[in-house]
Amino acid sequence: MSRANGTPYAPHTDEETEAMLAAIGVADEESLFDIPDPVAFDGDFGIDGRTEREIRDECARIFARNDDLTEFLGRGHYGHYVPSVVDHLADRAEFLTSYTQYQPEVSQGFLQALFEYQSMLVELTGLDVANCSMYDAATALGEAATLADRVRSASGDVVLVPEQLREGKRAVLENYCDGADLRVETYPMADGTADVDALADRAGDDVVMVYAESPTVRGCIEARLAAVGEIADETDALFTLGSDVVALSVLESPAEVGADVVVGESGALGLPTAYGMGLGIFACRDDFLRQVPGRLVGASEERAPPEAARDGGGDAADAGGTRAYTLTLQTREQHIRKERATSNICTNQAWVALRAAIHAATLGPDGLVDLANDCVREAAALADRIDDLSGAAAPVHDRHHFREFAVRVDQPAEAIAAELEAEGFAVHAIGEHLLQVCVTDLNAGKTDALVEALEGVL
Amino acid sequence: MIHDQANYEREGEHVREPLLSEKGQETVDVREDSPLPDDLTREELTLPNPSEPETARHYTRLSQMNWAIDSGPYPLGSCTMKYNPKFTEDVAADPNAAIHPDRSARSAQGNLELQYRLQEVLADIGGMDAVTLQPPAGAAGELTGILVAKAYHEHHGNDRSEVVIPASAHGTNFATAATAGYDVVELPSGEDGRVDLEALEAAVGDETAALMLTNPNTVGLFERDITEIADIVHDAGGLLYYDGANLNALLGRGRPGDMGFDVMHYNVHKTFATPHGGGGPGAGPVGVVDELAPFLPSPRVRETNGGKGYERFEPEHTIGKVHGFTGNWLVLIKAYAYVARLGDEGLADAAAKAVLNANYLAERIDLDVPFGPFHHEFAATAGDRDAADVAKRMLDFGVHPPTTKWPEMVPEAMLTEPTEIEGQSSLDDLAAAFNLAYADTDEALDAAPNRTAASRIDQVGAARNPRLSWQALGEE
Repeated sequence: MSRANGTPYAPHTDEETEAMLAAIGVADEESLFDIPDPVAFDGDFGIDGRTEREIRDECARIFARNDDLTEFLGRGHYGHYVPSVVDHLADRAEFLTSYTQYQPEVSQGFLQALFEYQSMLVELTGLDVANCSMYDAATALGEAATLADRVRSASGDVVLVPEQLREGKRAVLENYCDGADLRVETYPMADGTADVDALADRAGDDVVMVYAESPTVRGCIEARLAAVGEIADETDALFTLGSDVVALSVLESPAEVGADVVVGESGALGLPTAYGMGLGIFACRDDFLRQVPGRLVGASEERAPPEAARDGGGDAADAGGTRAYTLTLQTREQHIRKERATSNICTNQAWVALRAAIHAATLGPDGLVDLANDCVREAAALADRIDDLSGAAAPVHDRHHFREFAVRVDQPAEAIAAELEAEGFAVHAIGEHLLQVCVTDLNAGKTDALVEALEGVL
Repeated sequence: MIHDQANYEREGEHVREPLLSEKGQETVDVREDSPLPDDLTREELTLPNPSEPETARHYTRLSQMNWAIDSGPYPLGSCTMKYNPKFTEDVAADPNAAIHPDRSARSAQGNLELQYRLQEVLADIGGMDAVTLQPPAGAAGELTGILVAKAYHEHHGNDRSEVVIPASAHGTNFATAATAGYDVVELPSGEDGRVDLEALEAAVGDETAALMLTNPNTVGLFERDITEIADIVHDAGGLLYYDGANLNALLGRGRPGDMGFDVMHYNVHKTFATPHGGGGPGAGPVGVVDELAPFLPSPRVRETNGGKGYERFEPEHTIGKVHGFTGNWLVLIKAYAYVARLGDEGLADAAAKAVLNANYLAERIDLDVPFGPFHHEFAATAGDRDAADVAKRMLDFGVHPPTTKWPEMVPEAMLTEPTEIEGQSSLDDLAAAFNLAYADTDEALDAAPNRTAASRIDQVGAARNPRLSWQALGEE
């Protein structure tokens, strides 16, 4: 038995390869390729294959070049402690190495986990329908805009978003709007939250969707979401609310404030800080069920099989009627509806949804509410302490905050952020004299050190 | 081979693992201990509250009811279900890599270096000049590529309205073109299963922004006339888009850039063996030729100081962003590790064994394969049998069936892609499953599957009466 140099992940011995070639009736592997010479490639990429150990060392060396900073960063991407049980269960190969559940009879496990994830989001949003994932909050917002375009028969083409919105999120939204001939416009904010009067003035027949966030990109909790919802409703615009899975555990229920669609991040659970990798929420009212983008898992039953045909007879014949899960309403999707699909999404973030669901189950409602309450308390406490420093005022906005808040500094913000970085801390510089600081359970123990460092550089 | 999947019975009754909600929920009064005023909070929250041991058992039982690559053959055509090397998980789990995307470039040199290295290897593998890692999936890569093409045309004052797509293409191609605001022109397949040059000539024109092409195509055939195809599209002022779903067949033997493609996406969860995760996350980096590089999403990463450091930069005419941050970072790390493990020889061998396996399996099955010579995948026809029923019966024999009833140019298609990871004996088992199911009685096919965690599921009822949450079940 021998194996030529090649991929370590193919089991063929040379003898097997020969036998298989003989069975096919060709002399060598090359004969199986039908690539004309002018476009054939000689295989020289210049990539040296390395051993596992070499690659682990190499990547560890590369990643060690990231500075070891204590991050007080948020603005849409959040790290909370992820319990070990999440990794250990989600990493089970039966989950990790499976794919989309095209054969539901052998995929009941993942389907049920996704059904449970959808159900958790139904509870958190109060809306009837939640899909089993989008890529991230930004792409989910883009999908919401195209949904608004489809379900609103009004001749409008404007998507209204808050003036303070993460730039990257707006850039993604613009790309989804581009193809639907929608335009993105902003409405003003008053002290960190929606300026409802200005929004009411701006609203009109040309608006297909009004978007608001709570918490906002600066961590402010919106106090007048119901008013935003009413403005949207009066002009027959879709009201889309952005939030995240932890904040939703305690903030006003989106359904109660009139949200038609909820988008945002579920990756705040289940994922560590991951350089921006996320998990998009998409939930909506029942009315839009057949316009939902992405995959939906539904409950169904095992079909009662014809008894005579059972190869073993017996127990399985009693199976009819037992609940089972399946991907459903697939006629919305690209593999069936093609250019008339509700979205082009195929591969999604299912495994991240599994992780978020396990994390939520591990916390339970008590743990989730505690985690969320800490996001409010820790932010308020840290803002207070920063406000006591001379040369800084926090929070900039006179609002309740969730995880993060803006800080006004007398000196240039960029310079202060750079000096803090030299001291081992990362914060956002969001304006000439504005910093933003985010505190979660991961860095709450380091706030003393941050305040001390900040005092030193102010 | 017969395979029984996990099943539970109590007193002769088939019982399924209960929903978490059925195991017990708890309602918490949110306002009781809230630091927020009542008008900002919800009243209560009701969710399951399992203990950790219960949670562990619940998800372990669910996992036992789930087929995966590590369970056995998973030859889903066009999905490239390769083995996912375990060490790549450990590489990606490095806590030093788990930083926030808003870090300054100065403090994130490690991540930027890996991004840069991956951009470079992917460019080499595709024969492209510049790569973005931002798209979080294949379809997101398609949208990125088509938006780049659109921006390129618009930049040259050349608005075009159509994207041409072969009838046999992935559904995502059509949906992507529509999402980008293009009309779709569907190109019928030629009699030999490939692009018909005359039909292509007729389909392209002044309105053609791009032709989206999969090569080898979705029945595994290499588009031999690719040079002529590229000329026709380019002469009309259009761009040639490469759908990377089938790149595994070409590794080391052909590069899209050398064939005249201007823009392509890579499915790293297919070609570069990152886990499919039950549906995702994947990643869909996009490569382009020099002319299109200024339009790529922002930021990209480049070297500074002759390779001593790395920085982010905004391409001159960037389309902006296609993901809120940097894409599916943890997946990208795994792809880098896989490519590094294989190197030139391993990559070329992966393609060779993938093509060998498809051809060997096709030789061993009793079903006809109408189109050839195919590469890494083939579309067998179930003839007068229902392909979906044959597939259900295959589940009883310890394999996952192929993709069924697609592409439509093969009647009752069973699109099969064994990938390089199966050995001869495994392929023989797979062939046996095909042949036993294909030859079975109508009654047996109709009753299948019998040995799976669930027997045949009522799909029509699921769609007619949608119950999408445990709350909906509770209302019944």
